[in-house]
Amino acid sequence: MSWWTRPASDTQVTHGDRFWLYVVASVIMLLLVLPTFIVIPMSFSDSQYLEFPPSNWSTRWYEVYLGSTKWMRATATSVQVGIITMLVATPLGTMAAYALFVSGHRAAKALFMFLITPMIVPVILIAIGTFYAYGRMGLNNTITGLVLAHTAMAIPLVMIVITAALRSYDLNQERVARSLGATRLKAFFLITLPQIKFSVVTTALLSFLTSFDEVIIAIFVSGGVNATLTKHMFAALRDFIDPTIAAISTIMVLVSTILLLMTQFIGVKEK
Amino acid sequence: MTAADVEKTAQSGKPLHGEALRRQHTREQWTLLSLAAPAMIVVVLIILIPVGWLFYLSFVGSSGEFSMEHYRKMVEYKSYARVFLTTFQVSVLTTLICIFIGYPLSYFLALLPARLVGIFMLAVLLPFWTSLLVRTYAWLVLLQKKGLLNDFAMQIGLWDSPVKLVHNMTGTLIGMAHIMLPFLVLPLYNAMKKIDRDLMYAAANLGASPAGAFWKVYFPLSLPGMVAGSLIVFVLCLGFYVTPAVLGGGRVIMVATQITAILENQFDWGAASALGVVLLVATVLFLYMAARLFKFDAALFGKG
Amino acid sequence: MASDNDNGSLDNSTALPIHISSLTKKYGDLYALDSVDLEIKSGEFLTLLGPSGSGKTTLLMAIAGFNRPDSGSIRFGDQEVILTPPHQRNVGMVFQSYALFPHMTVAGNVAFPLKLRGIGAQECEQRVAEALETVQLSGLGERGIDQLSGGQRQRVALARAFVFGPRILLMDEPLSALDKKLRERMQIELKILHRKLGVTTVYVTHDQREALTMSDRIAVINHGRLAQVDTPEVIYNHPANAFVADFIGESTMLPLDQDQAGNLHYKGSTIARKPPGDDADGWSLVVRPEHLSIMADPKTDNDKTIVFRGKVVETVFQGETAFSIIAIDDQTELQIRFGTGSKAKSGYPQSGADVSVGLGRDDVIVIPGDQRQ
Repeated sequence: MSWWTRPASDTQVTHGDRFWLYVVASVIMLLLVLPTFIVIPMSFSDSQYLEFPPSNWSTRWYEVYLGSTKWMRATATSVQVGIITMLVATPLGTMAAYALFVSGHRAAKALFMFLITPMIVPVILIAIGTFYAYGRMGLNNTITGLVLAHTAMAIPLVMIVITAALRSYDLNQERVARSLGATRLKAFFLITLPQIKFSVVTTALLSFLTSFDEVIIAIFVSGGVNATLTKHMFAALRDFIDPTIAAISTIMVLVSTILLLMTQFIGVKEK
Repeated sequence: MTAADVEKTAQSGKPLHGEALRRQHTREQWTLLSLAAPAMIVVVLIILIPVGWLFYLSFVGSSGEFSMEHYRKMVEYKSYARVFLTTFQVSVLTTLICIFIGYPLSYFLALLPARLVGIFMLAVLLPFWTSLLVRTYAWLVLLQKKGLLNDFAMQIGLWDSPVKLVHNMTGTLIGMAHIMLPFLVLPLYNAMKKIDRDLMYAAANLGASPAGAFWKVYFPLSLPGMVAGSLIVFVLCLGFYVTPAVLGGGRVIMVATQITAILENQFDWGAASALGVVLLVATVLFLYMAARLFKFDAALFGKG
Repeated sequence: MASDNDNGSLDNSTALPIHISSLTKKYGDLYALDSVDLEIKSGEFLTLLGPSGSGKTTLLMAIAGFNRPDSGSIRFGDQEVILTPPHQRNVGMVFQSYALFPHMTVAGNVAFPLKLRGIGAQECEQRVAEALETVQLSGLGERGIDQLSGGQRQRVALARAFVFGPRILLMDEPLSALDKKLRERMQIELKILHRKLGVTTVYVTHDQREALTMSDRIAVINHGRLAQVDTPEVIYNHPANAFVADFIGESTMLPLDQDQAGNLHYKGSTIARKPPGDDADGWSLVVRPEHLSIMADPKTDNDKTIVFRGKVVETVFQGETAFSIIAIDDQTELQIRFGTGSKAKSGYPQSGADVSVGLGRDDVIVIPGDQRQ
């Protein structure tokens, strides 16, 4: 019996009957993935214009990128803000998620909802709101201002991932550790944390990406020497298509892909 | 405390250690709350205060008095009506496209044996993880007049001369659907995964054809996940900024675009805030409906 | 405060008694613990037995320090511990899920409490080896938790709970995840281990057979109150009330009538004298299936036996025993259980047959409360 005529499910549908579905799904998945990777060949084009396939290959746009003070400074800002956001949002969100998860207090659910509002409120509103508020506080165009706003954006993700991890973790382990003589703090660090570490690493990477990829808030509250990569990219996209963007995009796609594969790899290892 | 002390306290009529236990409980709750405090301070600082401030500004008229003028303008001016209509149109169309593309994809993923899901899931997760700006840029490149898509379509003879695919509604919808698809697929996939396979056996056993069993049993059971995913997509579309701004090329003016335009051109904080408040209210309203219709946190962050 | 239990507590020769008084815990309007008083003797194996939601786990968690009561007192020996945090209570604890640490080896799990107490590597190793030997897991120290069977995990959890020499051991349904055969074997092993360690043990279960098998004493708990606290024999043979009689063992309860002289009757048969002291609003007779026997030919009550007459509804063979359901009137059915050995073979009552069923007067159990429906 060939694969084609083999039953694909228990209701006697064969793989042949379902072939259309496999084709449709494959096309959709290609459409999801391929457009992103189109930027890679574009970035190695020698042409001023975006032709595909490029008639001549070169690395000139990478040279432009690497040679530009503007792009270099923006990259430095984005990386710096991303890392600080990751270092702030991960512990803050993890602490809050843990506290609300174990407290069992009536208000815990409401507080959880409050802490994930940054995901619900439209970003444009947060952007102009912080822009206005920062104007009064002198935080516009500062690293601190960007980090604060990006931390708020990352906290909901951290909360959700960590809470899910705690939900699938047997909290009795922490209880046992305490009965065996560990303080609550020790029990958390020796027993709970090692077992949710994959989720903690995931949230750290997510926090970094949230900040690194964030556009709208950055458009408003970053500027001058502290303008982010995304702010400059957005401006470039609106005005004219500069192939330098393809080079930068390629780097960003590589960063995302590596980070995503890292989480998948750690996930498999932990299981 | 000795046995005699216990006896003494018991006779005094007060609950033993009641006071101390309550104090200890309160202290523990405050300790836990203080763990959540830093995160809460950040959210108050970045969300509550700024949004509250905008809320206040939206009710301040040009003369500095309390006024509804910004809201009144929204009802009276034609340009606002057009913006709301466009926003609604883009959101509905994007959601529909996502459903048509996302349902078969989710169904396919839900049918896969567990060991293959991880690999195919990457196709959904990778766009999720790549910068929105990069993806928008990629579509800009693909959809332009001399872009890959036009070339390809002309080569296989779909059309003869380059078609305008970007800097208009078409481009915006293509880009937005691409960005929103994972938000539909993930909850829908989770809902489908939870459908009890035995129900399909039962339907087959009772004489339903595979297609009949699908439409009568599987599809209705997957609906909650689809509704939840659709509402999330719809709500996210309402406030979208980057993709319409870039792929719409100034021809697709949505609420978020309009807000920035007001600020850039007129520096009118009251009008921009009022528009923002309307956007927020609409968002919260739709999310509330979603929550009423369906426990959608379970679908989004389900135990799977 | 009971914070000063340093290394002195590592001496496991002493078990501690637990004195619980007026322990109360409310969830909303519901009492999980309703002013519970309980004395647990030094070194005894006491089982908290009750249906789910009865408060047995709440009580255990209160002793361990994971559930904070609203008021009351818990003393370990002379020491009041109600306000002591769990890590200073020095009690060993075994959970239903075992809660083994999956990121540590077997030895790592067992060594955990020792390391927390700052015990040197050499002594630590030796004590871990001893503990593993006690639970018959010698040589498995380097295994990972996921390489163990259910029974082995159970033993690791046990070893971890007693390796640091706690004077109190708490177990929350530790055997419920095991299959029946293994569970019965572990019951005996736990009992032997308890005798070896001599540590005061509080054990929670909803399985009455397990409680009867293992305990020195059983505390039957229901709706946050202790229904009866006594040895398994007394609990089974002399239940103090209808709940205990019904919850433990199989039984039929027959409502009794009371005459002026203080005698209790069931349908003309004099059953017993009213127990002294108590003045309940009614009395019932508890009939256990194994206390009944089929009488060869119709008989009437005598000074040794009370006789019921009825019709056999059905007889069921169940392996080591068989039982018959006998209707003694329209609403009342008695169950009678008998052995299936070669001797008993001929004696099964046929359904439909009229029979006389005898209950020895020594086996009469009278409880307060009229169980008339």
